[in-house]
Amino acid sequence: MSYIIAENLFKEYGNGDSIVAAISNINFKIASGEFVGVMGESGAGKSTLLSIMGAMNSPTSGGYIVGDIDVYALSQEQQADFRREFLGFVFQSYHLVSYLTVLENVLLPLTTVKAGRKKKQAMAKEALASMGLDGKFHRLPNQISGGEKERVAIARAIVNDPPVLLADEPTGNLDTKTTHEVMELFQRINKEGMTIIMVTHSAECAEYTQRILRICDGRLLEEDKSVKKVSAQGFKKPPETKAA
Amino acid sequence: MTLKEIAFKNLMRRKGKAAFVLSGLIIGVATVVTIISFVDAMTNDINHKLEKYGANILIVPRTDSLTLTYGGLSLGGVSFEMQEIRQSELAGIHSIKNARNIAAVGPMVLGGVKINDNRVLLAGVDFKAAGILKPWWKVRGGFPDEQGILLGAEAARIIGLGVGQTITVNNRPLKISGVLEPTGSQDDQLVFARLETVQTLLNKEGKVSMVEVAALCTACPIGDMVKQISKVLPAAKVMAIQQVVKGRMETLTQFRKFSYGISAVVILIGGLVVLVTLMGSVRERTEEIGIFRAIGFRKGHVMRIVFLEAGILSGLAGILGYLLGIGGAHVGLRLFSGSSTPTIPIDIEMFFGAILMAIVVGLVASAYPAFMAARLDPNDALRSL
Repeated sequence: MSYIIAENLFKEYGNGDSIVAAISNINFKIASGEFVGVMGESGAGKSTLLSIMGAMNSPTSGGYIVGDIDVYALSQEQQADFRREFLGFVFQSYHLVSYLTVLENVLLPLTTVKAGRKKKQAMAKEALASMGLDGKFHRLPNQISGGEKERVAIARAIVNDPPVLLADEPTGNLDTKTTHEVMELFQRINKEGMTIIMVTHSAECAEYTQRILRICDGRLLEEDKSVKKVSAQGFKKPPETKAA
Repeated sequence: MTLKEIAFKNLMRRKGKAAFVLSGLIIGVATVVTIISFVDAMTNDINHKLEKYGANILIVPRTDSLTLTYGGLSLGGVSFEMQEIRQSELAGIHSIKNARNIAAVGPMVLGGVKINDNRVLLAGVDFKAAGILKPWWKVRGGFPDEQGILLGAEAARIIGLGVGQTITVNNRPLKISGVLEPTGSQDDQLVFARLETVQTLLNKEGKVSMVEVAALCTACPIGDMVKQISKVLPAAKVMAIQQVVKGRMETLTQFRKFSYGISAVVILIGGLVVLVTLMGSVRERTEEIGIFRAIGFRKGHVMRIVFLEAGILSGLAGILGYLLGIGGAHVGLRLFSGSSTPTIPIDIEMFFGAILMAIVVGLVASAYPAFMAARLDPNDALRSL
């Protein structure tokens, strides 16, 4: 059964004669627990699509449904609640808050959640531990490596256990070895039941996904089945990694 | 992690900017506290000095005719033949609602007498009350006892007698105990003796011609006091010496208005400092606000962070501004009042008022930056990076 449904999504920018269509007539369905890659050239409309899926950018027309929720029928404040409860974000440039420690960054999505301080701390520490960041709770973002920042960003995205994780070029700033480590983390999270939609340029990263939505000039091409070579556990084994 | 902690940590990170906002507000609050404390202290000082001007309420017999000028003031109903006020009724003055504001009550009995062929006005006074009512009196010699008399400077010159000599008034010898230094008032023309002595000499036992009351103080409702005294002395006419009271009030009112005007301008500037600095801060924090919004912070949460930052700084500015302001007022008083021991008490109301004022200014000034921050589109904020 489809968990995410995009129907006839259009997004245009500008007005009058200067209207530019960022995406046109996008239709897809994603089942709960899928790991889907979104690929395409620069300017193809990947990020626009991801921002629409992230409840941060209203489509000009079309529908976007997650679970039973028509996301863009919600008010702006309800969309914020939706993002908090249903979505986790991993950005290309981490977007960690520089003056907060690693632990505090991961606690951020829980700030407005009604739960006890101890419970929130436990959730954040568990998320960080699952990313192998024990012992780095109290470091600032500028005191850890790029790979660690990425893992902090992932921990922040999954700390409140959202059903959907959206990742925008999550390995764009990482070396090959760290890229594969991060992709393995994504695989593990996905295996635990989280739906992941990842925008990527990297064919290597795309190999970790179960299927690819390929976008060209704002339009969705035929789904590429070539990467659906899953292992016995449901995922393709990662390729050999190169030393950093 | 709470919104308060986020606000606090951001302030700690941007210490320079926080210090700038803090300084702006501290200067504003300190200036207002200095001005108000200074004005209050000056008001007290002026009141204290004005109290030394003496009586400011006069009680005279009610009459339809005859006036006498006394002390440059036109008094009604002072006449030798007319009905006088009963001295026993004066006790009622101390039972009025604002009795605690009365500094002194000085009954006076007046009558014309002949001394050495000169017709003079003899005044019987309570010399103890006169010390408060007429603080400018300087006496060569001393105040008289029951058998003594005190001459005004001009009266002494015309009569041609001095301290130690004896004069006869209505067949009663009275020794001149002292002579007043010139006062420039009607007192120079008069001769004074004890109230009881004059009452006996003039056959006016238990009667007084007029009463002077000193009731000047910061919160004295002179008008109310006049009404209260009128009630207890229905046969008398009670008047406020309006010139003194009105003059004092006008001066203080203008002084206060001016200081409040200055305060308002300073506070406005402080508010603008907060506004401009926080606007810059919001612009610098586009990414951060974008992240907050992307991970599910509502607009209200973002606004609360900005308000909390402004609130923390404002509260601190209120405390520090108050302390600095009190210090400034001390220095100002030393410089301008000429008093070596200026007194500005720690005023709890003003302390909390300063904090409240700082917080209100900080929050009002941060409203627009907070609104701008909340309006930031998370997608635009993150895409623009």
